[in-house]
Parts: sequence; C-alpha cells; structure tokens
Amino acid sequence: MEQIIQQLINGISLGSIYALIALGYTMVYGIINLINFAHGDIYMVGAYVGYALTTFFGLGFLPSLLLAMLTCSILGIIIEKVAYKPIRNSTRISALITAISVSLFLQYTMMYFVSPQTRTFPNVLKGSRITFLNGNVMLDTKNIYILAITVLLMVGLQYIVHKTKIGKSMRAASLDREAAQLMGVDVDKTISFTFAIGSALAGAAGVLVGVYYNTINPLMGTVPGLKAFVAAVLGGIGIIPGAMFGGFFLGMVETMVSAYGGSIIKDAVAFGILILVLLVKPNGLLGKTIKEKV
Amino acid sequence: MLELENVNVYYGAIHALKNLSLKIEEGEIVTLIGANGAGKSTTLKAISGLVRPESGKIKLYGKEIQSLNPPEIVKLGISHVPEGRRIFAKMSVMENLEMGAYTRTDKSEVKKDFEMVFSLFPRLLERKEQLAGTLSGGEQQMLAIGRGLMARPKFLLLDEPSMGLAPIIVKEIFSIIKDINETGTTILLVEQNANLALKTADRAYIIRNGEIEMEGHAKELLNDDRVKKAYLEG
Ligand SMILES: Nc1ncnc2c1ncn2[C@@H]1O[C@H](COP(=O)(O)OP(=O)(O)OP(=O)(O)O)[C@@H](O)[C@H]1O
Ligand SMILES: [Mg+2]
Repeated sequence: MEQIIQQLINGISLGSIYALIALGYTMVYGIINLINFAHGDIYMVGAYVGYALTTFFGLGFLPSLLLAMLTCSILGIIIEKVAYKPIRNSTRISALITAISVSLFLQYTMMYFVSPQTRTFPNVLKGSRITFLNGNVMLDTKNIYILAITVLLMVGLQYIVHKTKIGKSMRAASLDREAAQLMGVDVDKTISFTFAIGSALAGAAGVLVGVYYNTINPLMGTVPGLKAFVAAVLGGIGIIPGAMFGGFFLGMVETMVSAYGGSIIKDAVAFGILILVLLVKPNGLLGKTIKEKV
Repeated sequence: MLELENVNVYYGAIHALKNLSLKIEEGEIVTLIGANGAGKSTTLKAISGLVRPESGKIKLYGKEIQSLNPPEIVKLGISHVPEGRRIFAKMSVMENLEMGAYTRTDKSEVKKDFEMVFSLFPRLLERKEQLAGTLSGGEQQMLAIGRGLMARPKFLLLDEPSMGLAPIIVKEIFSIIKDINETGTTILLVEQNANLALKTADRAYIIRNGEIEMEGHAKELLNDDRVKKAYLEG
C-alpha cells in the first residue's frame, strides 16, 4: 500500500513533465499537422536556460522559470518561421525530415556550445521532505511544486484557448484553416502563437526536470520527447485535454512498471501501450470520431 | 459595386477561370449558376482572396482588391460563406458566431448583430451553447450564413446554400436570403439548383468551363429555351 502511494507521487511528477511537453506536440499537430520532433529539444534548451540563469546569474527559481519559458517561446517562433513555414505546403515526409533535422541541429549546436557533459542543476528549489504512513512514504515538497506549477500552467492554457480571441482563432484554425481565414484570422500569426505557447510549456518542463532530477545534458530531450509524443497520441493527437491525460497516464504507468516489473521494460511497456491504443482506438483514448454531416 | 474584369485563375495546369468578368450592383441578388466543376466556387474564392488570380482585376467600388489576403477582404465588407458550410464543428454555435465577428472592434454593434442573427434564425438561439457539429444539416447552413453575417458585410457571397438539404429547409433558407437582401446586403449566390436560384435572383450569370456563357435578368433566363434545356430540366 505505502509502496503504491509512493509510486503514485513519483508518477504524478513524471506525468506532469510528460504532459507539459505533450501539450506542445498536440497543439502544433492540431494546427499544422506536423509532428514537431524538435519539440523535445526545445525542452532541453529550456533546461539549459534555467541552468544558466540560476547558476551564472544567480536568479531564483520563479524568474528563471519564466525567462526560460520566454526564451523557448521565441525559439519556437523562430524555428517555425525558418524551418517549417517554407515547407508548409510540401509533403508530410519532407516535413518530417525537416523536423528531425531541426532536432539534430538543436542538439549538436547545444553540444558545441556547452559540451556534451552532464551538468548538475543547482538546488534552487529547496525542498523539504515530509514522511508519513510510519515513514514509509516520502513526499518531497518539490513534488508539490511541480504539480502545482503544471496545474497552474494548464489552467492558464485552458483559459487562453477557450476564453481569449487568439485562443479561439487557434482552435478555429486547427479545425478548418481556410474557414478561419474567411473569418479574418491571420493564420501565420496564429501558427506563430501556437508555437510560442507550446514551446513555453516545454521550456517550463525543462526547468522543472532540472530542479527535480538535478542533471541535464544536450541529449536529454530525445527520450522524454518521444514519450511525450506517445502521451499525446495516447490521449488523441490534436486534443489538448488528451495530452494532459496521456502525460499523467504514461508517467503513472511508467513508475508503476519500474517499481513492480523492473525499470528495464518500462519503455517497452510505454510503446507497447501506444501500439495497443493505435490498434484499438486510433484516435486516442479521448478522441472521438464525430461523423461529418453532409 | 463589385466587379471582376478578365479574371484568370489556374490550379497548376488547370485553367479554372478564363477571362471571367462579372458585375454586381449594390442591393442586388446576383446568381452564378453552372454545372459541377464549372468554376463557381473558384470565382468566390478569387473574390475573397483564397485563390489569387493570375491576371485580371477585381474591384470593390472601383478599388482593386485582387492582391489582398482574406482577412483584408473581410474587413472591406465582403463575407464568403463557403461551400459545404465549413462551420467549426467542435466550437459552440455562439463561438462560431463570434468567429464571424473576428475582425470587428465595435463591441456594442456586434451585440446587436448577434440579436439580428438570432431573430433571422431562432433555431440557433435555442442551440447557442451546443457544439456546432451536432446541429442538423439545415441548422449548420443557417449557422454558416449567420456567421457570415456577423462580419456585417456589404457583400455576402453564398456558395450552394441548398446543398444536401431537404426542399422544405431550402425554401426556408432562400426566403431568409431574400430577407437579408432586403435589409441592404448585396448577395452573390452560387447555386446548382438553377430553378430556385433564378427565381430568387435579380440577375444571373451562367458559367461553363470557367467562362461566362450567358448573362441576363433572372426572369428572362428562367424562360430561355437554352437555359431550360441545359439547367432546368431533369
Ligand atoms: N484546389 C484545387 N486544385 C486543383 N484543381 C482544383 C482545385 N479546386 C478546384 N479545382 C478545379 O477547378 C475547376 C473548377 O472548380 P470549382 O470548385 O470552382 O467548381 P464548382 O463550379 O464550384 O463545382 P461544384 O458545383 O462541384 O462545386 C474544376 O475543374 C476543379 O477540379
Ligand atoms: Mg463549388
């Protein structure tokens, strides 16, 4: 019992990270049908920006988090303008190749400047540990911070997407780009904005990971990027609540599997679930196929 | 006044509009009829900026607009209700209407237009919070027209509003189109239902293979033997 609760706590933290990254995948896919494989690397850049700000500039956790988010959103806008916009009307395979190239470009540019070595993230978020259930369950206050920040960002995202004009234009453009244009939506601007928001969330995840797991390196984006992609597909790619659900679900499954089945097979299980879901419910667990009325 | 002068549109090698010219005076209902693939939708897309003509001019009150993009065209007062309705299925009826008013900043006037749309289409009012994708086909068409009106256009371009709808709903929608016209909105109506379109419109153009084949007063075309043979029978 205690073991399960402990794993649940760990799972929620890991799930928060996946969910934050998965949101960017799903939003970008929703609007331009592109799997942005560089998204995991934006998360990595976020972690490094957080590292630099806390280590060299002595900034605290919150300002570093916000600045990392800002930097990543600018990076996201630039990537879209430079790499994806010119090929917006090309085939999917060229888009995919471009995305992979951008990913490699970010990884190795980063490696050139900061060296491939793993760095230790400073302990900016002083956590205290709370033990309960006879000392068998340990809750680090960092777990609480991560969850609180994730929830806050998600609530903010929902607010933007559902209540603001730019958010509505994002939804409209992802439902029907041409119709959105006929309403007067500037689709280029809307796509830029979508990249900005998605990348900011990835940047936040990067800083949170640095704070939580303490180590960062230039290739740290690859695996979580893939996992978050799995999470987005699990929840139904293009569906925002789906990405949130998929992220937490995957985080939870992964920690449970590591605890009870051995951490060696946890990735196999994650991708196994992906395959299973794609076979049974190709639109994702939260995806519905609504019939078009003709 | 909205005018097309020798407009040519290509899709790759396909020459979809060939030196097409037409003219719509303020206050009119003009219909553009023709068979599948004749170039009706392309004509509307050229006006609203979704496709760019290779050559030719499109003029609104004498000012050339053929190189503007869709948002700029909407702001000038031309609203295009596309073929197949194209409502935002996963947004509510209300949100769809809000999207129609996207470029507008006159909040209090927008409010009045919500009421205007709801009085034209009371069924939309009852279903205001419902997801647009769950509406019936006829209601979706009403929403598409209502959404187009929310831009408060001077020119309303309607692409096959009768498509796929039961005759009784079509009748209802066409009578509302007349009402909209009577409140001062000029209408360019694209239709395959030539009979109904000619009965509704003041003037008509018949398009074939991207070219205007005939034009004239709707009543006259309705009684023209060639038109009867090609578009009204069967
Ligand atoms: N995006 C496109 N790419 C290539 N060809 C196109 C495209 N859109 C239209 N066409 C072609 O241009 C021609 C005119 O098409 P358009 O859609 O304007 O016809 P329409 O009169 O509206 O037909 P319908 O009554 O079937 O709606 C057709 O031959 C069509 O195949
Ligand atoms: Mg058409």
